[in-house]
This record gives sequence, structure tokens and C-alpha cells, in this order.
Amino acid sequence: MILEAENISLKLKGKLILDQVSVQLEKNKITTLIGPNGAGKTSLVRILLGLLKPQSGTIHRKPGLRTGYMPQKVHISETLPLDVKRFLCLSYPRPQHSHLQAVLERLNIADLHNVPIQSLSGGEMQRVLLARAIMRSPHLLILDEPVQGVDIMGQVKLYQLIRELRDEYACAVLMVSHDLHLVMSATDEVLCLNQHLCCAGHPENVTRHPAYLEIFGQFSGLSVYQHHHDHTHDIHGAVTEQQNHG
Amino acid sequence: MDDFIWRALLAGCGIALLCAPMGSFIVWRRMSYFGETMAHGALLGASLGLLWQLPLTLAILGSSLFLALVLQLLKRQQLLATDTLLGILSHIALAAGIVMVSLLSDLRVDIMAFLFGDILAVQRIDLWWIWIGGGVLLIILRLIWQPLLSITVHPELARVEGVNVQRTELIFMLLIATVIALAIKIIGILLITSLLIIPAATARRFSHTPEQMVGFALLFSLLSVGSGLFVSWHIDLPAGPAIVLGAGSLFMISLLIKPRLPG
Repeated sequence: MILEAENISLKLKGKLILDQVSVQLEKNKITTLIGPNGAGKTSLVRILLGLLKPQSGTIHRKPGLRTGYMPQKVHISETLPLDVKRFLCLSYPRPQHSHLQAVLERLNIADLHNVPIQSLSGGEMQRVLLARAIMRSPHLLILDEPVQGVDIMGQVKLYQLIRELRDEYACAVLMVSHDLHLVMSATDEVLCLNQHLCCAGHPENVTRHPAYLEIFGQFSGLSVYQHHHDHTHDIHGAVTEQQNHG
Repeated sequence: MDDFIWRALLAGCGIALLCAPMGSFIVWRRMSYFGETMAHGALLGASLGLLWQLPLTLAILGSSLFLALVLQLLKRQQLLATDTLLGILSHIALAAGIVMVSLLSDLRVDIMAFLFGDILAVQRIDLWWIWIGGGVLLIILRLIWQPLLSITVHPELARVEGVNVQRTELIFMLLIATVIALAIKIIGILLITSLLIIPAATARRFSHTPEQMVGFALLFSLLSVGSGLFVSWHIDLPAGPAIVLGAGSLFMISLLIKPRLPG
């Protein structure tokens, strides 16, 4: 076990954001966190990263845990002259030159090393951020919306790359996503979050799960399976009893 | 040439050496209003220092830090945007400083010297403060350079990677207060931020790395101090504003030069 969080609850400004959420992250396993906007995905990630303290619940981390983090939105001010190589060198502790070179080549971004970070395309930027995350040879990779701003072919490749990196570093991976199909194929376990954990399990089972369809069913064009609900959410996200079991 | 012009030049070069790296960080971190607020607090500090007969540099340091602390506390309330808070604090501090100085009229304080600096009145002791205090400041800045740069790019990423964000930011705030306390005699409360940000802003167009930007900022600061002093010596202008105009002219000229950036 790399990280184990139990019964995490979070309230911000009197509003319940997370309700008794438990997560286990294991070596060699890719876990994907999905859920609608405002479901608490980012808050949960911040708690697991240690950036935010929950009101209740416990988190056990493997001793000496090194985490590689790929943040969601990175906007670097134009006023700071910074190329890709220098950005990666900011990783702490500062990487050796040979190691840096190896990571650049592994992610196929060696030719970008002297490009100003502000002029990267969406896909290039995501690769650079991923490079920064694996620079520390992490035990745990946490990727917040890793394919954001990347075209569809690029997304497929990026998910493939993440799977390969999981094998090479033998690390646990936690991804946040609100894209459904592509991410499913790249995932070992899916956690469907809407304040509480609605359902969890293997992607195929989750996509058949009623709670999943309750949340994502509105995107029916994207949903492959047709299902009944076992509970529904009111406008505040609280669980309301299910009316008709199928 | 007279002794005092050499002292002025030495003091000015020392300040330029401090302002180049500190100003670059202030530009990168968008903290120029913050610097200005701390500078305004310095007048209050200076007048309290005169009243209680404390060393001026220490009094100014104390008041700038006090202001920074108040700002941090107000920011936690999250009711008002930081620029609004800075605007409120900065002007209260300036007004309180001016009121204090006028209440202390029997101390014969030259308020103009505080507001715009009096580089030609620099004493030997001021030079010691600038060069030794400044040297310590630069060593500390060198030590936190890498983590501070990392925080400037992305604070949360830095924190996940093990950088002590709060401590580093606190040290940087202390350094800003120190630069202000050291530079006030030279350039004055109202103009200190300009010497911090104008040379750094001018340097941006010519730089590919953070360190290069500091190098160019240093070059432009030295040129500003040199040209400002030269002009004020020859046609008898106030030195502080002349230095700022020198920096401003360099900035304007730089806009005409095509930058050598890739792409």
C-alpha cells in the first residue's frame, strides 16, 4: 500500500465538500477519480497531497513517500524568462544533468529543452509537466486532469504514456478526469465522486453502475450502457432515496 | 571631485546591486504594490525612530515588517482583494508618517529627504550599512534562490516537492523590508519601488533565463544611478528623481530596440 486515506471529511466555509471518503492507492495500479464539477475532486487531491487538512479522517502514507504531482492549471507569467530545461531543473532536489536528459528523451521532449515555457502548446506543456512529476522517480504520481487542452490523438498517446510510466517506475497513479471513455481504458480502478464515493471498482463495472449513470447519464451520447439508479442526488448533492429499483 | 560625490556613487552602486535581483523577483511575483506599501510604512518607522531615538535603519525595518504582518493577517480574512488592502494600508501608513513627522517639528526633520532621498548627504556609516547589510542580504537571497524561484512558478508544486513555502516567503518579505530600509536614504520612500522594478522590467526583453534578467537589471540600475548622479551634479537636480528618470529613459529606449528572443 502506497497511501491509504480513511473516512476523509472536509467542510469549507460551512459547506460539506467531502463526506467520509476512503481511498487506497496501490503500487502498479492506476486509479481514476471522476465526478462532475464541484464534486470535490480537486479538494480530495489536495488532501492526499498534504496541501489541505481535512476536518476528520486519517491518511497513512508509506514512510519516505516521494510524490510526483502534475497540477491542473499552470500559468507562468510572461515576465519570467524560463525555458523548459530550467523549469525542470526547479524540481527539488535539483536533478542531475544526465537524469534530466534521460527524462527529456523518455518523454520525447528533448528538442523542446530551450523553448520558453510560455510558448508551449497544450500537449507539449502537459508532457513537460509530466516530466517534472517523474523527475523525482516517484512512488506515487498524482495527475490532475492530465489530458486537458490536448487533442484526441494526443490524449490517447498521453494515456498510453502514463500506463508505460506506471510500469517503468512501478508507482501508484491517481488521475483526476471528467472525460469518460478514453480514461476508462487506461484505468485499473475508477472512483466516482460526488461529495461521497458513489461507486468504485473496475471501469467496466463502474460504467454499469447505477450511480455512475445517475451522474453521467445526462451525457447519454457518451454512455454505452443503460441502467437504473439505486440512489439519486438532490440539487445540493445529498443522496435521496431511490424510487424505482429495476 | 568632492568626497560626497564618491560616497553617493558608492552608495548608489550598492543599492543597484541589491535592487537588481530583488526587483526581478518583485516583478516575477507581481509584488510591486506590496513593496510600495512597505516603503510607505517606512516614513512612519523613521518618525517613530526619531521620536524614540532608535537607529533609523532598524526603525524602518521594524515598521516595514509590522506592515507586512498586518497585511498577512488581513489577507486571511479574504473579504477584500489584496490590491484593495494594499491601497488602504499604503496610504494610511503614508498619511500617518507625514502626520507624525509634522508633530515632531521641533526635531527639524527634512521630510523631502525621506520622500525623495538625499543621496548627496550619505555618510560613511550609511555606506557600511549598505555594503555589509546588502552583502548579507545577497547571501541569504542566493541561499533561497532556487526554492523561491520554484515557488514563484508554482507554489503548490513546490510544496509537494518538499519546499518550505511559508518559510521561504517569510524570508523574502524580510529581504524586501531590508532593501527598503537600506535604500530610503538614497532614493526615498516614494521612489524606491521604481528603482526595484524599472530596471528589471527593462531587462525582460533581453533575457532568456532568470539569471540573465538579473544581470541586465544590474547593468540598467548601474547606468541609471550613474547617469542620474551625473546629471544632478552638473545641473543641480534632486538626485533621487534624476536616477528614476535615468531608469525611465532606459526603459523607453529599450522599447525601440528589437529583442533577440527566439521565435
